[in-house]
Amino acid sequence: MAVEPASVEAVTAGLREAGYLPGASTALVAFLAVKLDKPILVEGPAGVGKTELAKALARYLDRELIRLQCYEGLDEAKAMYEWNYRKQLLRIQAEREGEAWDQVHGDIFGEEFLLARPLLSAISTAEPVVLLIDEIDKTDQEFEAMLLELLSDFQITIPELGRIEARTQPVVLLTSNNSRELTEALKRRCLYLWLDYPTPEHELEIVRLHAPEIRADIAARIVEVIAMVRELDLKKPPSIAESIDWARALVLLGADDITPDVFRETMSIIVKHRTDLDIVSERVGLKLGLASSPA
Amino acid sequence: MSFDARLLEFGDDLRREGMALGTSELLDGFAALREVGWTEPVLFKEALAATIAKSPEDRRIFDLVFERFFFRAAEAQALERGVREGEGDGAAGGDADEGGELDFDALRAAVEAAVRAGDESAMRDLARLAIAAFGRRGEGSGVLGVDVQRIRRALGLKSEPGSVRAPDPGDPPAHVPLTREQIRRFERLLRRELERSQIERTLELPTSRPLNALDRALPSGPLQDLAAVHRVVAQLKRRLATQGHEARGHRKHAHVDVRRTMRASLQTGGVPVELKFRARRPRRPELYVLCDVSTSVTSASVFFLSVMHALHDTFRKMRSFVFVERISEVTDVFERERSFKAVSDAISKDAGVADVSGYTDYGRVWREFIASVEDDLHPRATVIVLGDARTNGRDPRADLFAGVAARAGRTFWLNPEPRLYWNYGDSVISAYEPHCEAYECWTTKQLEEFVKALTRPVR
Repeated sequence: MAVEPASVEAVTAGLREAGYLPGASTALVAFLAVKLDKPILVEGPAGVGKTELAKALARYLDRELIRLQCYEGLDEAKAMYEWNYRKQLLRIQAEREGEAWDQVHGDIFGEEFLLARPLLSAISTAEPVVLLIDEIDKTDQEFEAMLLELLSDFQITIPELGRIEARTQPVVLLTSNNSRELTEALKRRCLYLWLDYPTPEHELEIVRLHAPEIRADIAARIVEVIAMVRELDLKKPPSIAESIDWARALVLLGADDITPDVFRETMSIIVKHRTDLDIVSERVGLKLGLASSPA
Repeated sequence: MSFDARLLEFGDDLRREGMALGTSELLDGFAALREVGWTEPVLFKEALAATIAKSPEDRRIFDLVFERFFFRAAEAQALERGVREGEGDGAAGGDADEGGELDFDALRAAVEAAVRAGDESAMRDLARLAIAAFGRRGEGSGVLGVDVQRIRRALGLKSEPGSVRAPDPGDPPAHVPLTREQIRRFERLLRRELERSQIERTLELPTSRPLNALDRALPSGPLQDLAAVHRVVAQLKRRLATQGHEARGHRKHAHVDVRRTMRASLQTGGVPVELKFRARRPRRPELYVLCDVSTSVTSASVFFLSVMHALHDTFRKMRSFVFVERISEVTDVFERERSFKAVSDAISKDAGVADVSGYTDYGRVWREFIASVEDDLHPRATVIVLGDARTNGRDPRADLFAGVAARAGRTFWLNPEPRLYWNYGDSVISAYEPHCEAYECWTTKQLEEFVKALTRPVR
């Protein structure tokens, strides 16, 4: 049965149990979203765990996760609902004789002929779900406008059927990489959560949670180096996901310490641009050499 | 005063700082506080922030106003009840009166250590001490900002110019210069303490000053309020974004792809049950923007850069260039950086505008522009030039510009000078005007005019 969180602390503990270490405001916003029935707009750089938050929230609340991945050109037929016109055609053909037009007409625009897409199914399931609308900034502004009805009133209007109201209240998360400004109207309906790169202590905890085999001192080194790399002016600074990948790789390689050699070999895990690689190998490689030689 | 009235006042304060704050958001704020309670300071602030501040910039303003508002609220309460800190512990004030008892050098060292460590409470205590030592209590300049700077100088706190990165862990701590951010934090505490002592002295609250000028630290455009530019640009964004879509929407299901429909019908015995439609291919406009950043247009370039910034938000297919004597592409700067400040910093710092003389050479600019985009220019592209067309007596090379204009679909010129000054002195806009639509553009209203022209459908 779905969990109903009692307090912010309960949400923090629950998310931790679900394998997600929430920052200070993350748990609070999640708690408010459940209590106030408001969608959350999560923004932040790529790879800080925006999508992961939705997954963890679904695990914690014991709800199904429905995910809608946005892209340019996504329209309502793919996001909300579509008429199953093959079935409609067959229906008309099957009963061609002896039936009044009115009857057929009434019939073929019934719920039976409706194909539910993620948004419609999110509000029409029997059990409440978590709805993740991923990378909303990739869509057009028209699509945002279309979402407004769903986000504020949890209902969808289908011209032929009328209003479909939510049977259950989903918890809605919208994520955005901030690649364009979202409309005021959309923001107004949401709670806002900005996820940034975590503090070193927090990140250390996250790395150790996801790569439990790693030695404590190496994990600390990883976090330190990653912080150093993020300071540089890179096209794509390494995210949390990359620190975790790197930690796992180092465990696999059985590395004892992050020496300049090890770093150079595994650098491509955390930095993924040609020009970035050059900058990092030059700046951080040098620093590592200096730091490890006197020690 | 009741609690909810205070909160509304706080909302008003935020609006005065330019945040778009709706009633619905305030209602959400109240609803959120009902859930988390408002006795826990961190939860109180975060709950309000989540419902009210809807972008990183908003959050910054929110934090600043929150601090100011609730700090002042606490002070006002204290005034009402006649509480004065000086009476409680006369230590700090007493020291200053006796004078010379404080060891200035030790204080300097202690302050620097605290600032370096980022220890908030130590910094606050030391800020008080510093005010006592250097503040000439009672005869300050009367302007808080001036006092803060004077005390900072007296303490010998300097940041390395241009260094905003954190210190390397490898370096010995004493030689690492303090970062600007660290010093700013200390200055904030200084200001708070000064404000507190001023309140105690005069028994009234200082007038709250708008944040815009001091703390937002956006580059200030001498032309006009930058916020106004951003508002128009936001409109522009919306107009550009919705332009032409309606036509596209109607056309969507208009063309049945007969070949693919017949093919699909084989599955159902030749009855075309599933109709296949031609994929709609949105015609994305392509933009090429060239922006003059030479000294003669300094005052306009902030305006222009913010226009470019807004355009980048809307158009995926856009390439931008800045030029002085030569031209350099800054597309990826705009794509990487979202905040306007970061963009303008990056461009002024390392966009690598080859600038030997500091004078614009339009002839050379056209030549280099053609060389770099020659193959990509096509009739659906739009070229926008932002510049004053002052060539400093060099050859305008209108023939090259005509070449650009001929290849591109449309060409616009935005000139930051009033039409009256065109073609006087070294302005050669008349040489270019036959090949493009030229607009005078130095106010947001004129920008709107231009937007109308730009979004006119292409024939």
